[in-house]
Amino acid sequence: MRDHRLMRQGLGARSWRLLVSRWRLSRTFLQQSLGWMFGLLLAVGVSVSAAQVKEATPVAADPVQEARMMALAAELRCLVCQNQTIADSHAGLAVDLRQQIRQQLAQGQNERQIMDYMTDRYGDFVRYRPPFKASTALLWVGPVILLVLALGSLIVVLRRRHRLGDEAFDPDLDAEVEASPNAHAASERKTAL
Amino acid sequence: MNPRLLWPLGIFIVLAGFLAAGLGLNPREVPSPLLGKPAPAFSAPTLHAPDRVLSKQDLLGKVWVLNVWASWCGACRDEHPLLVAYSRTAAVPVYGLNYKDQRADGLAWLNQLGNPYAASLFDVDGRIGIDYGVYGVPETFVIDKAGVIRYKHIGPITPQVLRDKIEPLLRQLNA
Repeated sequence: MRDHRLMRQGLGARSWRLLVSRWRLSRTFLQQSLGWMFGLLLAVGVSVSAAQVKEATPVAADPVQEARMMALAAELRCLVCQNQTIADSHAGLAVDLRQQIRQQLAQGQNERQIMDYMTDRYGDFVRYRPPFKASTALLWVGPVILLVLALGSLIVVLRRRHRLGDEAFDPDLDAEVEASPNAHAASERKTAL
Repeated sequence: MNPRLLWPLGIFIVLAGFLAAGLGLNPREVPSPLLGKPAPAFSAPTLHAPDRVLSKQDLLGKVWVLNVWASWCGACRDEHPLLVAYSRTAAVPVYGLNYKDQRADGLAWLNQLGNPYAASLFDVDGRIGIDYGVYGVPETFVIDKAGVIRYKHIGPITPQVLRDKIEPLLRQLNA
């Protein structure tokens, strides 16, 4: 056991040396590619920061208010690109509505008033979490009803099967083996396992 | 045949029915909460005369059509000949809402394609558009004598929509 481990260590050291020598051989190549990668990273970094500079929107003076604006915008659906929130979307309307929320917050409106402003114009569809009312009841309760129905039918089926006698089921494979002439051998095999 | 075997078929038919109905719906057509409600107030300069201000009060007492358009909007170009032809019959006035456009571009567009509008509101920052719940230009509203929105169409008007929906409604409102 001890020899074995030593051998493994020896091998490890040898392959390490091999690796180092190979690395020395290819060092110039490595340096070159590192240089390339660095240049590429720099280019990407510069272009990203350039893009950020270009997309900088008029940020509200107050970062707390900006955070409130984004929290509200994340609750609102962009009607131009319907699977995005107004916070995520770059559509012109989303930009306008973010600006609208900013202005209204600055005027001292609260979240509820701004939400009402949006639903007055675009309907409940603009909200990612529509209010619970007659027209949205199925939307909210539907999944729960389906879950209850599924669990209920599962329980009914299991109970029914529980009450049935053995003769209602197809015999198991094991039972078949035991019923066969080699039953003794089969049970012996089982104990051996 | 065991009737219990028909259960999956029944569930499948119900599901397929729901999905088929869903395919027929257009998710882009969001019902406007403004239908049957007073049209939002506005007061804006017109495209042709920046010093002439048009407001909702000026249009009370008559049935009118509000058509949201912009020179940058491709689908507006599709519906435009229909509007021009309709404006010649002059059953009711059509007012334009020039949405988030440049004045020079809007004017050039109308010069080139014809101007079906009694006047066009110049909504440079899209504020009137937001008040009217506009999200997909072109959009068309029918507003009655009391200033209530009676109909909204999203997307370009087709001859069918004009003939089957808008014209009968306008006749009824003017009767």
